[in-house]
Amino acid sequence: MISIEATFNRLRAQGRAALMPFITMGFPRRESAFELVPALVEGGADLIELGVPFSDPVADGATIQAASQRALQNGMSLALCLQQAAELRSRGVQVPFVLMGYYNPIFQMGESTFARCAAEAGIQGVIVPDLPPEEADSLQAALRAHGLHLIFLLAPTSDGTRVKLVTHRASGFIYLVSLTGVTGPRDRLPPDLEQFVARVRRATSLPLAVGFGIARPEHAAHVARIADGVIVGSALLKAIDRGDDPVAAARQFVADLRAGIEAARAARPGEAPQGVDNL
Amino acid sequence: MTSKLSLSNGPRYGPFGGAYVPETLVPAVRELEAAYEEACQDAEFHRELTHLLRTYAGRPTPLTPAHRLTEALGGARIYLKREDLAHTGAHKINNALGQALLAKRMGKRRIVAETGAGQHGVATATVCALLGLECVIYMGTVDMARQRLNVFRMRLLGAEVRGVDAGSRTLKDAINEAIRDWVTNVRTTHYLLGSALGPHPYPRMVRDFQRVIGDEVRAQLQEAEGRLPDLLIACVGGGSNAIGLFFPFIQDEQVALVGVEAGGEGIETGRHAARFADPRRGRLGVLHGTQTYVLQDTDGQIALTHSISAGLDYAAVGPEHAWLREIGRAQYTYATDEEALHAFQRLSELEGIIPALESAHAVAEAMKRAPKMAPDRLIVVNISGRGDKDMPTVARALGEHLEEV
Repeated sequence: MISIEATFNRLRAQGRAALMPFITMGFPRRESAFELVPALVEGGADLIELGVPFSDPVADGATIQAASQRALQNGMSLALCLQQAAELRSRGVQVPFVLMGYYNPIFQMGESTFARCAAEAGIQGVIVPDLPPEEADSLQAALRAHGLHLIFLLAPTSDGTRVKLVTHRASGFIYLVSLTGVTGPRDRLPPDLEQFVARVRRATSLPLAVGFGIARPEHAAHVARIADGVIVGSALLKAIDRGDDPVAAARQFVADLRAGIEAARAARPGEAPQGVDNL
Repeated sequence: MTSKLSLSNGPRYGPFGGAYVPETLVPAVRELEAAYEEACQDAEFHRELTHLLRTYAGRPTPLTPAHRLTEALGGARIYLKREDLAHTGAHKINNALGQALLAKRMGKRRIVAETGAGQHGVATATVCALLGLECVIYMGTVDMARQRLNVFRMRLLGAEVRGVDAGSRTLKDAINEAIRDWVTNVRTTHYLLGSALGPHPYPRMVRDFQRVIGDEVRAQLQEAEGRLPDLLIACVGGGSNAIGLFFPFIQDEQVALVGVEAGGEGIETGRHAARFADPRRGRLGVLHGTQTYVLQDTDGQIALTHSISAGLDYAAVGPEHAWLREIGRAQYTYATDEEALHAFQRLSELEGIIPALESAHAVAEAMKRAPKMAPDRLIVVNISGRGDKDMPTVARALGEHLEEV
């Protein structure tokens, strides 16, 4: 299995941004991850976010809400997510896994049990959208003890003090929420995104991955020119839900995004997409 | 013991509370905290709020001796705190006025709120009309169906009522949607949360705006009886009317405090909203920004709840109640739908006061306790709201059918 750092370092050397698709585990069927994750890798994913469904996902828009509800109806749970991740590792999937889930299920499992089980399952980073750094001391320590990153988020509303707080505590990468709002595809990305990324870039050398609202290859291309990672969730779930063949749809959707990212690199030959210089 | 009774202003109440919110909202809850601190120090803010409470909300509300109920039960003497007589028919107006004034101070002209029974939604829509603020109310579609009258009232008051068709389609889902709106419009919008719940500073702020209930009871009982009460009883959904009644008495240890949760169809059936009474599913957890007791399954998914009263039909309880229970300062019990209905009828017949179904849970507990107490003991029951909104529900439960309102 490849580490998060090695992945970003390799891509930085190549001058290309990372593609990080998100799927809700247990959607559309309970065992779907066993087909979808390899398809995402074939399509060109560099890291994969495994979404743990939660009954009350306050940071998510309609698409992920609906997918979460269906996943829960399919019997998905945090424990089963970890089991399936472990199974994917044993089937030879090498890309970094980042688990994304709300805090309560983690809290119920117990932070240290969760950290141990996540490490054993081959998870390398954890994103908890409702756990700001002020409440995250114990989980971050538990994850660190097992070599896992707690991935922090920054939003357009985060001021200089918060950027400083998060960049000092963060490891792995930082998740930049592109817009003030919930997850879900948008027609266009916010006009101030480039400024926001630049503002965080001045405070850290950690990779910056941008998510929320990214739906199309041209969005991915735009983000790839200004940041180190492109996160796509809702739009991918929609593609999975739309077609007769969810696996083929997922592979094709990711391949199209990847082509967008490659085009961004081609547009700036020899120039790293994430430096301060080109912002 | 005395050190345990030191009062907290958050963010933590013992191990409970905190502010578990997405990063986008952290600056907003910080801004709110700072604005609230500033308002607390500002005599003009207090003057304006007190003025509106008196001239608009109708405060102070009476403390009514319940002579016939007392006589019928044959024990302790019962007083009723009449929040049902506050403008809009419930205690919710106290907090809605306070927060709306605060929102204006912060320059936020758009208000979003959740509502279960519709009382908080009506109170919010009312103060927004009064202060000229834009108002959006989120309400589960199940609650909209059982509280049609309040939906109509809110719309009449100029609010936009948005139905929430996700999850259990009740209060919990309305809160989810209000939070999502707040995340999206945070720069222009204040989230006017209606109970002593949610991320810091809400539990503290809502408690402070509701403590007028307990402060008045203290003064009114002093005048009527020349002493403190022996027992205070209030229903507990999120717990704002209860914490408002209890808070001014917390350091008077001789005053017993009892909160009454919704026992629904009985704890053993699983169809209830009693977070403290069901040790199997009511466990420490994090929901809607706060760490407290939450009804949930073993995987940490939030459980569906049931109560005949929409206002108590919620999976989590305010963090300060969790703390008062933990240190043994307050006791928590429950009344079933059936007990609440019975109390609802008894109070109506004996005192000419039709309580909200929520408040009827507190009355039910008073009916259990009063006969076991000496006649020189004093009980105060908080009638947190009036029962007009519950007529269709009660009629249905009693096997009658009212024409659609």
